[in-house]
Amino acid sequence: MAEVLSMEDIRAQAARLNIDLSAVDWDSVRLPPGEDCGIISDDDDLNEEDALEFDAGFGNIIVVDNLPIVPKEKFEKLEGVVRKIYSQIGVIKENGLWMPVEEDSGKTKGYCFIEYNTPQEAELAKEKTHGYKLDRAHIFAVNMFDEIDRFMKVPDEWAPPEIRPYTPGENLQRWLTDEKGRDQFVIRAGSDTEVLWNDARQVKADPVYKRPFWTESFVQWSPLGTYLATVHRQGAAVWGGATTFNRLMRYAHPQVKLIDFSPGEKYLVTYSSHEPSNPRDTHRVVLNIFDVRTGKVMRDFKGSADEFAMGGTGGFTGVSWPVFKWGGGKEDKYFARMGKNMISVYETETFSLIDKKSIKVENVMDFSWSPTDPIFALFVPELGGGNQPARVSLFQIPSKVELRQKNLFSVSDCKMYWQSNGEYLAVKVDRYTKTKKSTYTGFELFRIKERDIPIEVFELDNKNDKVIAFAWEPKGHRFAVIHGDNPRPDVSFYSVKGGKVSKLTTLKNKQANALFWSPSGRFIILAGLKGFNGQLEFYNVDELETMATAEHFMATDVEWDPTGRYVATSVTSVHEMENGFNIWSLNGKLLYRILKDHFFQFLWRPRPPSFLSPEKEEEIFKNLKKYSKKYDVQDQDISVLLSEQDREKRKQLKDDWERWVNEWKRYHEEEKMARQMLRDGEASDVEEEYEAKEIEVEELLDVSEEVIQDA
Amino acid sequence: MRPILMKGHERPLTFLKYNRDGDLLFSCAKDHTPTVWFADNGERLGTYRGHNGAVWCCDVSRDSTRLITGSADQSAMLWDVQTGKQLFTFNFDSPARAVDFSVGDKLSVITTDPFMGLPSAIHVKRIAADPDDQIGESVLVLKGPQGRINRAVWGPLNRTIISAGEDAVVRIWDTETGKLLKENDKDIGHKKTITSLAKSTDASHFLTGSLDKSAKLWDSRTLTLIKTYVTERPVNAVAMSPLLNHVVLGGGQDASSVTTTDHRAGKFEAKFYDKILQEEIGGVKGHFGPINALAFNPDGKSFSSGGEDGYVRLHHFDPDYFKIPSI
Repeated sequence: MAEVLSMEDIRAQAARLNIDLSAVDWDSVRLPPGEDCGIISDDDDLNEEDALEFDAGFGNIIVVDNLPIVPKEKFEKLEGVVRKIYSQIGVIKENGLWMPVEEDSGKTKGYCFIEYNTPQEAELAKEKTHGYKLDRAHIFAVNMFDEIDRFMKVPDEWAPPEIRPYTPGENLQRWLTDEKGRDQFVIRAGSDTEVLWNDARQVKADPVYKRPFWTESFVQWSPLGTYLATVHRQGAAVWGGATTFNRLMRYAHPQVKLIDFSPGEKYLVTYSSHEPSNPRDTHRVVLNIFDVRTGKVMRDFKGSADEFAMGGTGGFTGVSWPVFKWGGGKEDKYFARMGKNMISVYETETFSLIDKKSIKVENVMDFSWSPTDPIFALFVPELGGGNQPARVSLFQIPSKVELRQKNLFSVSDCKMYWQSNGEYLAVKVDRYTKTKKSTYTGFELFRIKERDIPIEVFELDNKNDKVIAFAWEPKGHRFAVIHGDNPRPDVSFYSVKGGKVSKLTTLKNKQANALFWSPSGRFIILAGLKGFNGQLEFYNVDELETMATAEHFMATDVEWDPTGRYVATSVTSVHEMENGFNIWSLNGKLLYRILKDHFFQFLWRPRPPSFLSPEKEEEIFKNLKKYSKKYDVQDQDISVLLSEQDREKRKQLKDDWERWVNEWKRYHEEEKMARQMLRDGEASDVEEEYEAKEIEVEELLDVSEEVIQDA
Repeated sequence: MRPILMKGHERPLTFLKYNRDGDLLFSCAKDHTPTVWFADNGERLGTYRGHNGAVWCCDVSRDSTRLITGSADQSAMLWDVQTGKQLFTFNFDSPARAVDFSVGDKLSVITTDPFMGLPSAIHVKRIAADPDDQIGESVLVLKGPQGRINRAVWGPLNRTIISAGEDAVVRIWDTETGKLLKENDKDIGHKKTITSLAKSTDASHFLTGSLDKSAKLWDSRTLTLIKTYVTERPVNAVAMSPLLNHVVLGGGQDASSVTTTDHRAGKFEAKFYDKILQEEIGGVKGHFGPINALAFNPDGKSFSSGGEDGYVRLHHFDPDYFKIPSI
């Protein structure tokens, strides 16, 4: 490429060569053929783009093969039949059906082209009619027009695939080795998506990477934090790295709406639903399961929305996400979905049903995997007007053995809560009272890890209390419940240690409707979101004391960082005002606050589980003093540095300001005479030149004469 | 600091102006009647009756004898401050908005809104010493900016006119030639309508407030952006303390989108910022609606705010205020 000269250089060059630039007729200049002087013509660009569009424009055309070959007389009849079949699926374009005929005989050639309005319709038509039996001899073979093109291009001879040289990838875990042990988070505001470090010591967020229009709907971290997934019209993509966020893989799935990673982030499930061409039909649903690292589709599922709609409660329709729930812990061994009267469990080794069949469960309403083991719990409601009791069962996979079952009576609803280590399962059971007019709540506690899985029943002090929220302590043996019917409910803490449920304490009249345990346990935030305008109470469950109460006005979301050191509360764009987020320390001190208009998402980057054994962790916890010394010194240094920086910054600002003020003063002085002239010589810029004079003004308001008559 | 609540207007306030001596406060509102008050105790002195539409802006001459007002009734009026007598009416074909006397009070700038196909314009009128000699002819008419011009003021020595409005651009015009001299850089400028503009006492710098939830401090001669003050609400009104390095921003969410959820949601506070550090240092609550107008007493010892709620609140600072440390 030729060097690009600036206009200045060109002028200088021209002057040296004694050329008058203004006199040059530019149109007369002819470049040697093939030489563009490093300037790419705009025209070429345009041509290229046009060609590309042309290539991709046949997505809505299908080719139907194996049609009967008919003479001219029957042409119209055949066309009618084909049109009838294919117009059921979608709208065929005007003149969109073309059946070629032999030139001399007028016989059809046994195939035709059909053009639909949209590629989706064409796709559907292909799917539905490929293999359609018109009669015994004529079984339709349907292909996309684009594909035919592609098949034609297949070379006749096989060539060994090119082996691409290995390029070492980036260490995707590098963000974990941050010297300051900071955590990352991603925010989405307006059209920008941004990844930042939470630099809590310097009380600010440190930008890592920012990109406008990174995603078309949302972003999502993978469960171990390795990838950041973005969602686009054409599919999903994952990005990774510590600071650069390169695209690692793309997953083609047109119009993808939802995505879900498996817990070990080996697989990615994508979901889309498509408008039916016929309004009477239900939406069509497409699910793909990709291997995250290779980008290969491991299995796809297609069908009508009805097939994928979960039973759910009441008049619930539509698909509940995730459709596939992953089980068996981080190994990503199994995934399952609930269908009508069955639960289908697949294994990832073959991506097919275990034993080639689903588990039949009449009227199953809900199921939920243990977070660690290949065990799931399911709930079946009462049947036959109470003749057959409701039940909660535990199934083991892959044996499909029912480990434990509990029958329950007069149940209105059940909710299942697994403790994060899979040690306990709490089932919240809403039962009808005798009159069936109201409900009350009880809990069934399953101790999964103990022999025979003992079940314990327990109730709140006042069993008529409505349960607003329930949450297990992560990795712990405690749980918290918000309960009560009055506007300010109570919060109770229970422990399940020692073989029985014991209450720790009850906090009365709290403005809370949501519970957020620290990921490392011990601390919990009682949050009053929505109606409570963002009340926050930071509570220590070990000491049973409130550490701090605070408010993030209008807060909609609360999220602990993966280490349990900091908490982010945010106001997302469900509200028009106050959008942005606050970062708090675990004991409720507000560290910093960032406001962003149109704030959509705040997500901490998850961390993979620690390699430390519980014993080691215990040891560290015991000798915390020893370890913390180093960090205390660092903290001290940083605070000194900060105040130093702050002072520096202030001084800088002050100096800058002084400079401005002095300049203004100078101008003011210089212009004094001019100003006086404008004011007709009145020289009163300064207050001192002012003189207070008392002026007496007499105003004659009214003069009237009256004749006073003497009596 | 106990504010004096001045009830006199029946409609939202639009503008507040102190005279040079700081003893009189002029207020404009949508209720057609500009009012003058004692700036000391908030006593109402009188009104200026004659306009037939909302009054958007006013200015008072240096010697406190003349008042000029711009109104939606497509006119700007000159008044005798003392008697309240109408001296002259400038008629336009569209609503008048901003008015400002020049140094020496011999000229006035008046802006008019875009209306019925007419573009917005900035008019310069000569103000005669004797009202009998007053004529309505414009000395200069400037056109160009899109949308309303919400404020136009005189630059140093009347050499320039500074305008700002709906198109979010601050412009400096030459008053001799009528040429556009400067336009602020789009990247650093306001992103939404500029609602207000306040000059420093010596006209060397000025502050603009915008619906983009920020206020910006500019140099009047070079149009250099010096400071930006970021807030949480659209800014309707700005003011600069003549005494301390403080700026005040007033605003709040749009009156039409005020929700009933919580009184704090609106943030109808007058926010004080450190002029140099750009940090918020305090707030004065009180209005039951957005603040539309702010003005500092020239002595810097009191300020007043006018709200959508129709009230003017006059605040005399506590002695503590003057002890706020500055760098």
